[in-house]
Amino acid sequence: MMNYFPDEVLEHVFDFVTSHRDRNAVSLVCKLWYRVDRFSRQRVFIGNCYAISPERLIARFPGVKALTLKGKPHFADFNLVPQDWGGYVQPWIEALARSRIGLEELRLKRMVVSDESLDVLSRSFTNFKSLVLVSCEGFTTDGLAAIAANCRFLRELDLQENEIEEKKNHWLGCFPDSCMSLVSLNFACLKEINLAALERLVARNPNLRSLKLNRAVPLEVLQRILMRAPQLVDLGTGSFVLDHDSDDSETYRKLRATILKCRSIRHLSGFLEVAPRCLPAIYPICLYLTYLNLSYAAGIHGSELIKLIRHCGKLQRLWILDCIGDKGLEVVASTCKDLQELRVFPSDPFGAGHDAVTETGLVAISSGCPKLNSLLYFCQQMTNAALIAVAKNCPNFIRFRLCILDPTKPDPVTMQPLDEGFGAIVQSSKRLRRLSLSGLLTDRVFLYIGMYAEQLEMLSIAFAGESDKGMLYVLNGCKKLRKLEIRDSPFGDSALLRDVGKYETMRSLWMSSCEVTLGGCKTLAEKMPRLNVEIINENDQMEFVHEDSQKVEKMYLYRTLVGPRKDAPEFVWTLE
Amino acid sequence: MEKSIVFEKDLNLEATELRLGLPGTKESEKQTPSTIKSNKRVLPDMSEECGSKDNSNVSHVKKCDQEVAPPAKAQVVGWPPVRSYRKNCFQAKKMEAETTGMYVKVSMDGAPYLRKIDLKVYKGYQELLKALEDMFKFSVGKYSEREGYNGSEFVPTYEDKDGDWMLVGDVPWDMFISSCKRMRIMKGSEARGLGCAV
Repeated sequence: MMNYFPDEVLEHVFDFVTSHRDRNAVSLVCKLWYRVDRFSRQRVFIGNCYAISPERLIARFPGVKALTLKGKPHFADFNLVPQDWGGYVQPWIEALARSRIGLEELRLKRMVVSDESLDVLSRSFTNFKSLVLVSCEGFTTDGLAAIAANCRFLRELDLQENEIEEKKNHWLGCFPDSCMSLVSLNFACLKEINLAALERLVARNPNLRSLKLNRAVPLEVLQRILMRAPQLVDLGTGSFVLDHDSDDSETYRKLRATILKCRSIRHLSGFLEVAPRCLPAIYPICLYLTYLNLSYAAGIHGSELIKLIRHCGKLQRLWILDCIGDKGLEVVASTCKDLQELRVFPSDPFGAGHDAVTETGLVAISSGCPKLNSLLYFCQQMTNAALIAVAKNCPNFIRFRLCILDPTKPDPVTMQPLDEGFGAIVQSSKRLRRLSLSGLLTDRVFLYIGMYAEQLEMLSIAFAGESDKGMLYVLNGCKKLRKLEIRDSPFGDSALLRDVGKYETMRSLWMSSCEVTLGGCKTLAEKMPRLNVEIINENDQMEFVHEDSQKVEKMYLYRTLVGPRKDAPEFVWTLE
Repeated sequence: MEKSIVFEKDLNLEATELRLGLPGTKESEKQTPSTIKSNKRVLPDMSEECGSKDNSNVSHVKKCDQEVAPPAKAQVVGWPPVRSYRKNCFQAKKMEAETTGMYVKVSMDGAPYLRKIDLKVYKGYQELLKALEDMFKFSVGKYSEREGYNGSEFVPTYEDKDGDWMLVGDVPWDMFISSCKRMRIMKGSEARGLGCAV
């Protein structure tokens, strides 16, 4: 029936199909739908920048306006991928600039971005509106200056956790006076900022909804900014301290009064430096918050956190440090009945875990917050009984990431592995899409995962399992698996090579410090020409003769339509 | 855990460990400059032995100081899985805190002049009190939560950010060093008000 409608009608219908996956599915129905989708598609998501080339993107989707690109493998976040591995955005920007693509939005994650890329980007697309950079590196504030100066209709500049070299320029001052279209600005990851330019910028951008400041913005300036922008919905404070010695009670009073006028704030973050005495100033907005991120606020002790949380009855997402303690989590459980997402980060990221939370806190949360569907929990210890209780209380997990600070720690009460606990989680949460394991684990946990985790798309394994069977359970059972990352686990060639076709159904596989050998990887690469099998070899072994029986330190393989990449550094060896 | 020890041996974690520096040298993963005074928090490999950080009782600190880390608990690259950005933020804060020093005046009842000490140098109450005892030639008695300092006519006190005079040792160490403005070692009858039983 749909074939009798003109293309415009199909296009209009497809407009309502917004998720990437659904659009991809639409394009596979028939040639007609493929064509209509192709020319009308505006938003494209590329999860691995080496899976496809910019030329092919441009050829297939000439109407693309919004592009998301991801570069390095996830474990690059934890220093497992050496510098200069790759993930350069330059070829993409150059290709898009040469074409007639009217790019408006670019979102990059774990990519290497240069000042030159930013400069070309800023000059090549007249309607460019939104730049979001997450965990990227390679650029300086000169690149930001180009974006500020040249993108006349910029609405969004969102810099999340990037490594940016800061030059002496005042990039913020490069926004022309005519720039009044900003809706979202986040520079929290920078160390410095020109305060005068910031205040002027905020004053002339009345549509600003989201503003995340950095540590260099003191309380007085925050107060003035909030005066100018009471319409903010999403606020990241910078420094939240008042010097005890100087007479700042006036500033504090003004701040409190100003905050009372900011009735729209629903998301709050920042507090990169904080004096707990100042926290009561934000209590009035706590009532309306749906998202609170205090995970960088190392200066707030558990008791003060608890006082704050008691005001936050409407929270849906909470990111916090483990110094809140189990007791604090009990307060969260009794206060935040709408909680859907909880992330508890370690106060000491080097793993000392003194302040850590335990299974007690998690059980309390699960009991008080049945809507919980997304969890990231760094803790001192976990028990099977607790996980089983959590599974029962919260059957709606889509993301469950548990990180026990000692990676092979068993259940401290029974001294058993945590297989049963995680098994309960995967069995009860039928919509689970992402899982990270830790603690002492045998092959059994993987049996459960293979059996029950039908919707699982991403699995992170560290220091777990006993034999190849473990990995095989997962590869056989998890039909929707897209990303598998494994470190320090005893899985070898037999598991790797059992079902080579599986990897073309996945985005990528990472294995480091496992039992796979060079020979095994070579075999895989030979059998599967549409996979890039990369070996990362940092120990300068290139000079030595490579034995097939040699264990491979780091292997990263991914499906691709464009063959081995040409920008691989010396220490990355793509097998063929 | 037997299993985990065997496991770690097989994988030879240490050999695969990435470190900054020349192969063959042993360097801590935390790249703090050597000029930093040794007021570091307990290293991760000692954490297993310590139930809680040195921010709790004086006696706990002693336990931490004395116990030796099991060798298998080397600092593992990329564990815990915390983004470098976050690690750098906290490292920067720690280092900032470590390098600036936190000098407070210390007065002792009856002494003709005051001294100044850098609170950052000490890992916990035990070290601090020992240093004060050495500096002023007195001894401080035994601390208990219930009774304060028992067995000496000297009581260590401090003025906090709100201007109140508090007994040293009640709050976690980190909270203490961030709120202590100055110290005073009280003596004799005045000291009794703070719960010191002589």
